[in-house]
Amino acid sequence: MPDKMSTRKINSFQKQKNKQEMQKMVVSFALMIFFTLVAFALVALEIPSTYVIPLLLILAVVQVGFQFFYFMHLKDKGHEVPAQIIYGGIFVTVLVALTFTVITWW
Amino acid sequence: MGMTSAQKSGFGATLWDWLTTVDHKKIGILYLAAGAFFFLLGGLEAVIIRIQLISPENDFISAGLYNEMITMHGTTMIFFAATPLLFGLMNYIMPLQIGARDVAFPFLNSLGFWLFLFGGIMLNISWFTGGAPDAGWTNYAPLSIQSPGHGVDYYVMGLQLSGAGTLMSGINFIVTIVLMRAPGMTYMRMPLFTWTTFVTSILVLFAFPALTVGLFLMMFDRMFGSAFFDAALGGNAVIWQHLFWIFGHPEVYILILPAFGVFSEILPTFAKKRLFGYTAMVFATFLIAFLGFMVWAHHMFTVGLGAVANSIFAVATMAIAVPTGIKIFNWLFTLWGGSIKINSAMLWSLAFIPSFTIGGMTGVMLASSVADYQYHDTYFVVGHFHYVIVGGVVFALLAAMHYWWPKMFGRYLHEGMGQLAFWTFFIGFHLTFFIQHFLGLMGMPRRYWVFLENQGLDTGNWISTLGAFFMTFGVIVFVINMIYTTIKGKKAPGDAWGTGRTLEWATASPPIHFNFKQMPLVRGLDPLWIEKMEGNEKMTPAEPVDEIHMPNGSILPLIMTIGFFIASLGFIYQAGNSYWLIAVYLGMAIGLICMLIRSLKDDHGYHIPKEEVEREDD
Ligand code: HEM
Ligand SMILES: [Cu+2]
Repeated sequence: MPDKMSTRKINSFQKQKNKQEMQKMVVSFALMIFFTLVAFALVALEIPSTYVIPLLLILAVVQVGFQFFYFMHLKDKGHEVPAQIIYGGIFVTVLVALTFTVITWW
Repeated sequence: MGMTSAQKSGFGATLWDWLTTVDHKKIGILYLAAGAFFFLLGGLEAVIIRIQLISPENDFISAGLYNEMITMHGTTMIFFAATPLLFGLMNYIMPLQIGARDVAFPFLNSLGFWLFLFGGIMLNISWFTGGAPDAGWTNYAPLSIQSPGHGVDYYVMGLQLSGAGTLMSGINFIVTIVLMRAPGMTYMRMPLFTWTTFVTSILVLFAFPALTVGLFLMMFDRMFGSAFFDAALGGNAVIWQHLFWIFGHPEVYILILPAFGVFSEILPTFAKKRLFGYTAMVFATFLIAFLGFMVWAHHMFTVGLGAVANSIFAVATMAIAVPTGIKIFNWLFTLWGGSIKINSAMLWSLAFIPSFTIGGMTGVMLASSVADYQYHDTYFVVGHFHYVIVGGVVFALLAAMHYWWPKMFGRYLHEGMGQLAFWTFFIGFHLTFFIQHFLGLMGMPRRYWVFLENQGLDTGNWISTLGAFFMTFGVIVFVINMIYTTIKGKKAPGDAWGTGRTLEWATASPPIHFNFKQMPLVRGLDPLWIEKMEGNEKMTPAEPVDEIHMPNGSILPLIMTIGFFIASLGFIYQAGNSYWLIAVYLGMAIGLICMLIRSLKDDHGYHIPKEEVEREDD
């Protein structure tokens, strides 16, 4: 259930929290853009693909993490059920990718 | 019916009302009606298949038509009969069970329905445009890639449309259950049917994307000259099988979990006992869903994945039998010592337990990957999945019809006709499918147009077809029952069975269009039962009577769907004639413009004033 407090009365404590939240959002947004630039740079610099591909994958995973936890509020209180469902989705996706890697593409 | 407004309205207004409705109850009824139509269509195809197989080397229909018939039977029954019928029930019942006035996204709900309906229409248009799809409901590549004509194209586009609709409804149900439960309705007080709706929706959310991806690849291969599944050009046909079954196995659980939910409602009501092992039932539902995602390759044991992969998938598959067994025992213990009332709903439920158990048992046999080399693609598999799907899902649907019909339409289905339909269908079902296990073990392959004489297959096939006639009779009786009941069925009160336990029985039959005058206060599992045990006639309200906020109807979902429908036809035919690209652009434009209108135009719904709410007696 959504907590009534956040929707009705925004007291000063809440305001303080909102401000912190906003800061975190801006920081993670800046980081995302930075990662994207790094990714493009890696490719542009024509580093051998053995290094570039794993690096890109790591960057992608980190970005997905930011996306989920900051922009989609998975870390926040009151979002436990959506969080759990998304973890379930991640589990299924990883399972499928793993199986394909092992028995079809290897 | 006619609860929306007291005044009488003309045919045009009624039609407009149904085309624009966003009321979860009306959408539920639309799903049920359309699903019933496709069920009869799929049934007709089944009877034609069985007549073709009544005797050796029969030529009732041609080989090509036979292939179309089995493909359309399977596709229709799974995607356009069983799934929508269950979605209709979920739509109607689940919001009532959690004490909500509608689903979370009523507009999306209606869009989901129209997409499903037009997907089904699209698939069946193929009959009239040069031949239906003929590569089996599983549509394996490379057969499907090489199938001439446009049949398979219709399969791809029809399923894509309806799949999008199903995905939307799944998300809608999840959000509804997470956010819209009445005060006091904690997760562990939710009725089992609501729980299974929830878990089923999660399965839909994770499983359907695999189908969507598979269908897109198939579409590109067939219509735009790509080669994802064409080994000659470096593609891989096995990928289709993986994608199909990553979706397909969860899909069979998408069908059976709501069925489990139905029985978990009916048995306590008519045994007058609370469900045995409620917590274990919830847990088992999750466990089945979890395991359901790691077993898909049991459909591919003979593809040559290797012994290690086969063994892993075999063990995972066998593990599913454990939570399923937990459920079976819980139902038996629910019955144990109850004061049992037998009626049609109960007969279907009781018959389900042994029938489904047989299906589960053959499932475990099939799960043994080594033995499956013998069973695979024989009638043994056909026997297995009809025991679980008919003995599980269809029995559940018929039980649910008897159980919830008075809630939905305010009248009881006729008991005598109900029982006649039950016995003929039940006997016919076992006649048809039991013998098929043995036909399979004797080596009769599935999906063959004819079988030969003097191979010991004649009698078995004859019996099987005889059973199909019994089932047909049962279905016809049920249809007559529905018509009869609509005209002169006995009227039902709100708590139609007198022993209702869950919130839907606290509403009128049929419920007023905003369901609850006041939100009910839920004080435990089986909230209505708790109130009744304390001598209360009604639920304790959780709020004073006040104005009620309801969503506006909209014609946009229908127009949007028609747009995508036109675009789909354009995709199918543009490969041969580029003028058809006009249909693609036109259809897409219609769809996108509707989306734009929906996004830009604020629609805050309307309020039913307090006085009007007070006037409505519930
Ligand atoms: C104990 C539970 C179950 C087990 C262990 C099981 C196992 C299997 C296995 C191993 C196969 C593949 C057989 C082959 O092609 O050689 C199969 C096929 C099938 N099963 Fe099950 N199953 C179970 C329950 C269910 C349920 C509940 C449903 C549906 C409601 C279902 C529907 C199907 C269908 C439709 C097929 C055939 C698909 C096709 O090839 O056309 N099964 N099952
Ligand atoms: Cu399966």
